[in-house]
Amino acid sequence: MTGRIRLVAQIAAVAVVAALLGLLGWKLTQDGSEVTAQLDKGGAPVAPAFTLERLDGKGDLDLASLRGKAVVLNFWASWCGPCKDETPLLQKGWKRWQGKDVVFVGVDVKDFRGDAKDFLARYGVTYANVYDGKGSTVGRYGVTGFPETYFVDAAGNVRYRIAGPVEDAAELDAGIERALAPA
Amino acid sequence: MRGAALALIALVLAAPAGASEQRPTAAELESELVCPVCETTLDTSNAPVALRMKAYIRERIAAGDTKSEIKAALVDQFGPAVLAEPPKKGFELIAWVLPLAGLVLGVVVVGLLAWRWSHTRKAEDEPAADAAEPLDPALERRLDDELARFEP
Repeated sequence: MTGRIRLVAQIAAVAVVAALLGLLGWKLTQDGSEVTAQLDKGGAPVAPAFTLERLDGKGDLDLASLRGKAVVLNFWASWCGPCKDETPLLQKGWKRWQGKDVVFVGVDVKDFRGDAKDFLARYGVTYANVYDGKGSTVGRYGVTGFPETYFVDAAGNVRYRIAGPVEDAAELDAGIERALAPA
Repeated sequence: MRGAALALIALVLAAPAGASEQRPTAAELESELVCPVCETTLDTSNAPVALRMKAYIRERIAAGDTKSEIKAALVDQFGPAVLAEPPKKGFELIAWVLPLAGLVLGVVVVGLLAWRWSHTRKAEDEPAADAAEPLDPALERRLDDELARFEP
């Protein structure tokens, strides 16, 4: 009987350790630093998928629905100072690239919806913006701060990343050219 | 009489909780909510988003919102991670149940080990008690003979 109890206790202990290791593994796979790690090695990682609510009230936007076009994916927040300087440059870039198989998508992260809408109205932003208040995309993309911009090619792979604000039109265009270049 | 006294005590104890729910202070809410960027409570954070959240809390208190309403509004915007204490439902319930389950498991394991140890000791003590019983006469006679051989 004692041997049986001991066996059950040992199985339970192994199961608890296995469950904790499983949790650790799950947490590590949720960490999106893989995207930035692959980019740093010169790779083109798959852009993590998302479907998020549009801030213009036109339903949801699924990143996969933009396959076939280069995507400028800009992570921002209304409380972020550098985002205020960068947004007019992105809006001008959008006007320049609109209709050339390039789409701009803003991802508003860890922000109030109302503040985000006010921000977009104040800067006259006309490209699509989605709301990610919980920051579900941040870890998966490996976003380290705001703003941060990822350039995704037509096949859905990340080709380039700018951590911090896009400084000027030339830097923005260079990122888009990379996303448009053949793999 | 005793029932009335108990009811009065319960009322006195429940009153502060009720007042806190109906008329929360900014300080208590800031200690119960977390900045989503720096992941510390709002009262210890000066991150831009934390400052915005503090302003929002003051606006909602001034508008007469209850503590639950303010928390629910912030969870709707930023998700449940904004709560310093995880909610006692759904997946987050694990955070409450797991430490208690660990404690109960620990008590059970210690209890079992103590029970087993005390029974092992008892079993070890038992042969000593048996020794007091009289030996088989034939065996006793043989033992006496053997001992006699060593006597001078």
